[in-house]
Amino acid sequence: MKKQWLFSGLLLSFLLFLSGCEPLTVFDPMGPQAALLKDVIWISIWTMLFVVVVVFIILIYILVKYRSTKTPSDYRPPIVKGNIWVEITTIGIPVLIIVFLSFVSVQSTYEAESVPKQFKDEEPMVIYAASSNWKWHFSYPEEDIETVNYLFLPTDRPVEFRLYSFDAISSFWIPQLAGQKYAMTGMITTLNLTATEEGEMQGRNANFSGEGFAEQTFNVSAVSQKEFDEWVKEVKNTAEPLDEKTFNKLLKPGHLGQKTFSSTHLDFSPPPEEHGEMSEEEMKKEMEQEQSDH
Amino acid sequence: MEFFKQFAVPNPTPTIYLSMVAIGLTLIAVLAGITYFKKWGYLWSEWLTTVDHKRIGIMYLISALLMLFRGGVDALMMRAQTSMPGNELLSAAEYNEIFTTHGVVMIFFMAMAFITALMNFVVPLQIGARDVAFPRLNALSFWLYFMGAMLFNLSFVIGGSPSSGWTSYFPLAGNELSPHIGTNYYMIALQIAGLGTLITGINFIVTIFKMRAPGMKLMKMPLFTWSALITNLLITFAFPVLTVALAMGTMDRLFGTHFFTMDNGGMAMLWANFFWVWGHPEVYILVLPAFGIYSEVISTFSKRNLYGYTSMVVSIVVISTLAFLVWVHHFFTMGQGALVNSIFSITTMAIAIPTGIKIFNWLFTMWKGKIQFTVPMLYSLGFIPIFTIGGVTGVMLGIASADYQYHNTMFLVAHFHLVIIPGVVFAMLAGMTYWWPKMFGFMLNERIGKWAFWNIAIGTCLAFFPMFISGLDGQARRMYTYSEVAGFGIWNLLSFFGALGLAMGFILIVFNVYYSARYASRDIGDDPWDARTLEWATRTPVPEYNFAVTPQVDSREPLWDSKYEGKTLFKEEIKDIHMPNNSGQPFIMTIFFFVAGFGLVFSMWPVVYVAAAGIAVLLFIRSFERDDGRHIHAEEVRETENNKRGDTR
Repeated sequence: MKKQWLFSGLLLSFLLFLSGCEPLTVFDPMGPQAALLKDVIWISIWTMLFVVVVVFIILIYILVKYRSTKTPSDYRPPIVKGNIWVEITTIGIPVLIIVFLSFVSVQSTYEAESVPKQFKDEEPMVIYAASSNWKWHFSYPEEDIETVNYLFLPTDRPVEFRLYSFDAISSFWIPQLAGQKYAMTGMITTLNLTATEEGEMQGRNANFSGEGFAEQTFNVSAVSQKEFDEWVKEVKNTAEPLDEKTFNKLLKPGHLGQKTFSSTHLDFSPPPEEHGEMSEEEMKKEMEQEQSDH
Repeated sequence: MEFFKQFAVPNPTPTIYLSMVAIGLTLIAVLAGITYFKKWGYLWSEWLTTVDHKRIGIMYLISALLMLFRGGVDALMMRAQTSMPGNELLSAAEYNEIFTTHGVVMIFFMAMAFITALMNFVVPLQIGARDVAFPRLNALSFWLYFMGAMLFNLSFVIGGSPSSGWTSYFPLAGNELSPHIGTNYYMIALQIAGLGTLITGINFIVTIFKMRAPGMKLMKMPLFTWSALITNLLITFAFPVLTVALAMGTMDRLFGTHFFTMDNGGMAMLWANFFWVWGHPEVYILVLPAFGIYSEVISTFSKRNLYGYTSMVVSIVVISTLAFLVWVHHFFTMGQGALVNSIFSITTMAIAIPTGIKIFNWLFTMWKGKIQFTVPMLYSLGFIPIFTIGGVTGVMLGIASADYQYHNTMFLVAHFHLVIIPGVVFAMLAGMTYWWPKMFGFMLNERIGKWAFWNIAIGTCLAFFPMFISGLDGQARRMYTYSEVAGFGIWNLLSFFGALGLAMGFILIVFNVYYSARYASRDIGDDPWDARTLEWATRTPVPEYNFAVTPQVDSREPLWDSKYEGKTLFKEEIKDIHMPNNSGQPFIMTIFFFVAGFGLVFSMWPVVYVAAAGIAVLLFIRSFERDDGRHIHAEEVRETENNKRGDTR
C-alpha cells in the first residue's frame, strides 16, 4: 500500500530529524532538570514507536492479504468469535507498557519538581519572577536588585523561582533549563532549576496572555559565580533604585525592552506569599481601599 | 450615532468590510430567491417546523458543513500568517480573534453538530424506531444550536469576536483584561447552543433506552447506537458543568461578580478546572460516535462481523468513566505538585488501554475479511495509522514531567489535531458518505471522493507532523509571529502547504456533492453497500414513518441475517401509524433566545426583557397545549410502500 509507505516514510524522516545534527531546543539541555526531561521524552518516544510499528505492520499485512481483489469472488468471510488469548495479549501488552510509563512518569515528576540531587545540600538562590502584560520582572531579594526581561544566573547553584503574575495567567519557561510553570495572581508557584553550563538562552511566557503575548520573551545568561558577583556589583554601582511610581509605570501593558534597577519592588509591592487567609488588619485595609476607590 | 458605535468591530480591515458586504448580498439573494420561487410555504412547513429526526439531522449536517468552512477559513488564515517569520498578513489582535473563533466554531458548531446530525439521522433507524422520544424537543435542540451558532458568527461583523482563546481562561477573559464585548458573545452563544446539546443528550438517552425494536436487547444494539448512548450520557453529565461555568463567567462580565477575577476573592484556577471538567469529557463526546461509525463501516466493508463486540462496548464504557478523571492533565503546569500530577498522569495514560483494544478489534475485524476500498472505508483505514500517532503522542503528553516541556507548544497542537481530525472529521466524512444514499437517495461519486480523501489525509500529515518538531524546538502555540532566528520558518511553511491540501480536499467534497446531485443514478435500491444493520432495511429515500412495520430483532446484525440466514424482519401487518405534528414553536422560541442573547451581549436590557417575556409566553402556551399527534392510515402507508418499489416484504 502506497499510503502506508508514505506514513512510515514521514515517521522515519521525523525521527531522523529528531536525532539529527542540530539539536532542538528541548533536546539541548543546559541543566539537570532539562536533561532529565530530555531522557524521559526519548524513553517515551522509543516505547511509543514500538506501538506504532506493531500497529502499522498488522495493518499493512491485513490490507495486503485480505483485500477483496485478492480473494476469490465466491469467498464468504467467516463469522469470527473472540479468542481469549488474543484478548489477553491485546489488553496485557498495553497494560504492561502503561505500567512501565507510569513508573517513569511518577518518578520523573517528583524529580523534576525538586532540587537536583547533586545540589541537595546547597541553599538555593531565590529569584522572584513576576509577569505583567507583556514582560517579566525578576527580583533578586538577597542581592537587592531587579531586572526586566533578562536574567543572570550563576552556574552550579540551585535556583528557586517564585512565580506570580500581575494580570493574565502566564507560563514561565526556559526550555533549556527546565519545564514550564504557571505564574498567577494572588499566589506563588515555585520552580526549581539549576544551570550547569554557561551560555545564552531564551525564555518566554508560553501561556497565551493577549495582544503582546508573542513578544513576551526574555534573555537568560548562565555565567560563573564569579562573573555573576561582578555583574551584581556593577548593577549596584550603576543602576537607579526602583521606586513605586516607576514600578507602576512598568506594569502598564506594553513592551519595555531590558531594564535594570538597584533595588526590588518587593518592599512596596510584596509578592502574594500567603494566599488564602488574610489577616484581619489586611482585610480592614483592603475594605477601606475599596471604599475610597468608589 | 453614539448608540451605533458599540456595534462597530474593533479591528476593521478590508476583509471584514468585504465579508459584511458579502453576507449582506448573500442574505438578500437567498431571501429574494425564496420569494421568487415561492418557497416560503415549503420552507416553513417542511423544514422550519419539522419535528422529523431525519430532516433535523439533515439541517444539522448542512449547518455543520457551513461551520466547517467558516472554521477552515480561519485555519487557513492562521497558517498563512505563520507560514513565514515576521509575516504581516494579520495583526496580533486579528490573529487572536481568528484562533479563538477557529477553536470555538470547530468544536461547538462543527464537530458537535456533525455528530448530532448523524446521531439524529441514524440512531432511530438503527433501533427500528419511528422518531426520537421527544420530537418537538429535538427540533428545539436544533434551533437552539443554530441560533447559538448564528449569534456567535454575528460577532465577526457586529461588535467584534472574542479573542482570549477557545478555552477563554480568566482573568484574561474578564472585564479588566478583555474590556471588549467579544467574550460576551462567547459566553452567551455557547450557553444557548449548550442548552440545545443538553436537551439532545436527554432526548437520545430516553430514545435509546425506551424505543428499541422488540428483541433488540442492549447487547444486540449496533455499535454506533452504543456509542451514541454513552456519548449522550457523557453530554448529560458534562454539559451542566459548562452551563454553570458560563453562567458564572457571564455574571462576572455583565453583573460585576467576582468568581474568576484577579482580586476580591476571585479565583481564575476555578474557571480552568470547570472548563476542563467539561472539556475533557467533551473530547470523548466527540470521539465515541466516531468510534461507533468506524465499527459500522469497517465491518460492512470487510464483509465480516465486528470482532470483539463485548470488549468494544466495555471499552467505550471504561473510556467514558475515565473521561471524568483526567481533567487536570490540561494544566499539569499549574503548580499543584508532584502527587496530584502523578495521579492524573496515570489515569490519563490508562485511557490508552481501552483505546488500544478498540484499534486491535478493528484490525481483527478486517482479518479474514474481504476488504473493499470504498470512500468510507478509506477514511476508516486512514484513521487507524494517523490516530495511532496522535494517540501515542497523547500518552507522551500524559507523562506529567515531560508535559512541562510540551505544554502550550505546537507539539500539543499537533497532538490534538492528529487525534481530532482522524478521530472526528474522518469519521464524520466516512459516516456522511456511508449514510448519504439513505439521506438523499443517491450515492456520492467514488472517484472524486477518493481524490478528496487523499488530499485530506496527506494534507493532515503535512500540516501537523512538522508541528511536533517546531514544538520541541520551543515554538509556543497561539504566537501570531516569530523571528527568523528562531528557525521555525520551514516547519510552519510545510504546515501551510498541508493546510492548502486540506482545503483542496474540502473543495473536492463540495464539488462531489454538486456533481453527484446532478449526475448520480437515483436507482440505487435500499441497501447499496450490502450492509448489516436496520437502517438499511428502510426504503430509500426513507418515508417519514421510517418503518411501515416495526422490525423484530434477534441478533446483532438483523439485516444481514435476514438477507443471508433467511430470518424474517417484518412479521406484522401494516397498521395505522401514530406520528407527531409539526410545530413552529421551537423555531419562534429560539428567535427569542437569539434576540435575548444579542441584548445580553450589548447589555441592552429592554431588548432582553421583551425577548425573555416572549420565551416565557411560548413556554406557557406549550404547557397548556393539547397535541395528540396524528395518524397515517394503513391504506396510505400501503400505497406509499407500493409506490416506492414493486417488491413486497
